[in-house]
Amino acid sequence: MSERASREKRDPLARKKARHTPPSARSRAMHAMSARAAMGRFVLQVCTSCGTATYPPRDACPACWGELAWQDIENGGQLLSHTIIHATTDLYFRDHLPWRTGTVALDAGPIALVHLHRDLAPDDRVEVRILLDRSGNAALFAFPPDRGFDMTDPQLREFIVPVQGKTVLVSDARSAIGLAMVKALHDAGAGLIMAGMLPPTRIADADHPILRLPDVQMVPLDITDQVSLSEALSKIGGPLDIVINTARHVRSGGVSGGANIVEQRRAFEVAAIGLTRLAQSCGPMLAGRSHGAFVDIISSDALTGSADHAGFAAAEAARLSLLQAFRHEIREAGVRVLSIFTGPVEDEHHQSIPPPKVAPARLASATIEALQKGREQTCVGDVADDAMTRWLADPALYAREKNL
Amino acid sequence: MTLTPNQTLSTMIAGIADGAIRAIDLTNILSSDFPVIVLPSEFGQCEPFRMETVSRYDANGPAWYWNNISMNEHTGTHFDAPAHWVTGRDIPNGTVDAVPPEDFIHPAVVIDIAPQAAADEDFIVTRAFLEEWETRNGPIPPRHWVLLRSDWSKRVGTLSYLNLKDDGAHSPGPDADAMRFLVHDRNCIGLGVETVGTDAGQSSLFDEPLPAHSILHGNGRYGLQCLTNLDQLPVFGSIIIAMPLKIKGGSGSPLRVMALAPTDAA
Amino acid sequence: MSRRPSSYDGVAVCAPVTVPYVRFSPESAHWWAGRALQQLAQVAGLQPADIDGFCFSSFSSGPDSAVGMIQHLGLTPRWLDHIPTGGASGVMALRRAARAVQCGDADLVVCLAADTNQIDSFRHSLAGFSRFSRDAVYPYGYGGPNATFALITDAYMRRFGITRADFGKLCVAQRANAGSNPLALQRKPLTLDAYLAARPIADPVHLFDCVMPCAGAEAFIVTTPEIAAERGLAAATIMATIERHNAFPQDPVQYRGGWAMDIDGFWDAARIAPTDVDTLQVYDDYPVIVAMQLEDLGFCPKGEAAQFIRETSFDIDGDLPLNTNGGQLSAGQAGAAGGFQNMTEGLRQIIAQPLGAQVPDAEISLVSGFGLVNYDRGVCTGAALLKALR
Repeated sequence: MSERASREKRDPLARKKARHTPPSARSRAMHAMSARAAMGRFVLQVCTSCGTATYPPRDACPACWGELAWQDIENGGQLLSHTIIHATTDLYFRDHLPWRTGTVALDAGPIALVHLHRDLAPDDRVEVRILLDRSGNAALFAFPPDRGFDMTDPQLREFIVPVQGKTVLVSDARSAIGLAMVKALHDAGAGLIMAGMLPPTRIADADHPILRLPDVQMVPLDITDQVSLSEALSKIGGPLDIVINTARHVRSGGVSGGANIVEQRRAFEVAAIGLTRLAQSCGPMLAGRSHGAFVDIISSDALTGSADHAGFAAAEAARLSLLQAFRHEIREAGVRVLSIFTGPVEDEHHQSIPPPKVAPARLASATIEALQKGREQTCVGDVADDAMTRWLADPALYAREKNL
Repeated sequence: MTLTPNQTLSTMIAGIADGAIRAIDLTNILSSDFPVIVLPSEFGQCEPFRMETVSRYDANGPAWYWNNISMNEHTGTHFDAPAHWVTGRDIPNGTVDAVPPEDFIHPAVVIDIAPQAAADEDFIVTRAFLEEWETRNGPIPPRHWVLLRSDWSKRVGTLSYLNLKDDGAHSPGPDADAMRFLVHDRNCIGLGVETVGTDAGQSSLFDEPLPAHSILHGNGRYGLQCLTNLDQLPVFGSIIIAMPLKIKGGSGSPLRVMALAPTDAA
Repeated sequence: MSRRPSSYDGVAVCAPVTVPYVRFSPESAHWWAGRALQQLAQVAGLQPADIDGFCFSSFSSGPDSAVGMIQHLGLTPRWLDHIPTGGASGVMALRRAARAVQCGDADLVVCLAADTNQIDSFRHSLAGFSRFSRDAVYPYGYGGPNATFALITDAYMRRFGITRADFGKLCVAQRANAGSNPLALQRKPLTLDAYLAARPIADPVHLFDCVMPCAGAEAFIVTTPEIAAERGLAAATIMATIERHNAFPQDPVQYRGGWAMDIDGFWDAARIAPTDVDTLQVYDDYPVIVAMQLEDLGFCPKGEAAQFIRETSFDIDGDLPLNTNGGQLSAGQAGAAGGFQNMTEGLRQIIAQPLGAQVPDAEISLVSGFGLVNYDRGVCTGAALLKALR
């Protein structure tokens, strides 16, 4: 278990720190790079005719004017020059000076301006990763090779969501996923974990070994009820840094045959309207924070629908749609919105579904990792991986297969 | 001397006006956090009360305040019609819209089980208990609401109201013999309770499960749940006014329940 | 092998005007252009109808290009051009206007650059500067070109062993030259110690390596020697010019500019050598670019700028008078007008109409431009040799 950081204290009279975000305008090609970076990929455009790799993103190959296609590619390079920026007109970077950047010759060919890890010096070998900056756009960051994520680097902290010492709300902590999430947050050193307990509360909840952890505070919470949500948030005595929305309503059933309208409605109330409620109520709280983040656990069925869990999948699809809009809305405030896609989970709701299933603990640890790597989109487990791969490759075919 | 109907009504109104007759609200506040009954997860669940503000003198309605509300029929202080239970499915006028208006007003008898319920949260009201009660208080008159005062309403807002444990809910209620006694031998209008259901928390495990629901509704009687302020009523002499919403084909309804009782009897 | 360009016979350059710079201006680029034309009218006796060619450069005239500008200013030219190359725009305007006049497409071309500098307009103009900058430079904290040039300077210093003191000598000399220019925004003498002690902006770039953005306008006339004489305008001829864009794209970090590709033909065409140059007016936004030009324009071999700087005096009365008005580093950088400033000053010195002190016996000026950091380097370069027409 990591050392528990104490929670932040603030001068109540001090004017609130204004949060800025880095410049956010990008070309369409750059957005394509960001969309891939959101999945943790390192990609460059490569010419389909002559194989030349290019950067910054272009719309034609500079060597032969051929078509360019995004390709996963080696991410090594060498640092050619570096600078430490001490003065800038950009409001976001003014808040974070001094700032290190450099010029890297990528092994793949192009030259890239990069954010620079503090331990790098000219001529060093580097490993470049594409992270998302606080505006949600792809940003190249050069690390010492094989050093992994060094979260003590103050610049890197701008690209990730630290968990240690932070106040986290888990919207449904009673479920297997929720309990695992609370445990993982505790293990990662979260400062205060608000564990949302879906009413009715059971007397035995107070004795649950995870919910009894000293940094866990149970709070009645049903995100389908605005009053409940408002009261739960009122019990958070300080700032709220991270919301992890584990609430979902998993039920089997079709659309015409076997459809259960009450269950479908509940699924939408929880997954879709519930997300809107959470976003509305928590968004302003997160926006004031240095590393605000909203994490949503979402079924990979959201991509295509699902013939045997039609209502659930539809609700998850609505949730995905809302989540994407919310991500865009709150980007300007520097709040990260992370999607964690999962297939069936090893829990009470998926008893009749054969393996592979995702263990709740795995889902939880993947969530912590996504936060700490600032990855916007993560697929956990074989089912979600497979779903995303097939959906990206041929969405129409995959939707057809999935609903056969 | 018999009063004419006019005199009866005038006397009653005068009594309410001068305080000789008290109006007592037996209703809990309907709010989203008021617990609803929890069934085993294989069954559909009761939706709690929900309220969304449409406007409150704001951009969505500058001069008016109103809310959209939604709930299950059996939410908060509520009325169970005969059609609520399978045993009452064929009862004539068994849905709330068809309840004869004269059934909205009936006298009540209040049976105090608070000491027993305090000692045993699974306290069962038996026929023997009721007969013993009658020896001390007199017979339960016909065509009365039978109200079980358990003081359970004082638990509202705490975990011990639903009192859910690993093995289910724990709250007092009648057994089947008691219900047959009340329905067939005492011809009650219905059963009113402070708990979330007319049946005991563990009644699904009884030899005859859920006897209150089964026997009341199978015989065209009504249920009132989640009542409060029963401790302010006399054992005899109060009148209950309970009018469910006129929901087409409805099985029950949240409602405002009130009692009229002589002040000096309190 | 490229063909050898024709000479610039029959072309005269004259009437350099400078609208005095100010740090911030609430006026528009159009207003600044108007002031420049008004000055030209005074020195050359021009009416709008006399101008049949117009070549315009500006970063801040949006949404107007040269088209909007001519209607705004009441011109009816038969030849029009818009030059988007910033620091290289003066040389490029000269080249285009000269050929238009030489070929008879125009008789009198006004080359004009104007830019305003409103509070915060620098930050706003950055956002729309270039696609590569928007995608891959500004999101890295740059907020302007300082850090890009810091990376170029860092690599250049380590590669060639040039020091901050060497750069400092250039900046100190230009500040000294600015001392006699009443229009220079920064005329307070700069010492090498003060230069070295300045606060870092983006290592190794420090405060006095950076120009001060300002508002201003510059203009000159390209016409025939006959028309210049009729109007009583002292003039210069063009000995040779070069221009190159996106040179050496394979260089990982820029250490040379496009001049190096074309420099031999440049001196051949002019039939002179670098030692014949009386004044050197080079683009100087960051001294590393001055050092690069000293090498790439042939004053010293590549990699030996440090030695050359140490051995040379750049003052107005020195061995190689450099940026004699103070350059952009001291006079100020008025956007695209910064790319015209070297042209007007080089012309002034050889027609004996300096803003400040006169370089003794100046007859030949070398004017060099460098413009547009589109991504990681300056893309556009050009140079021109001007000789007094006597």
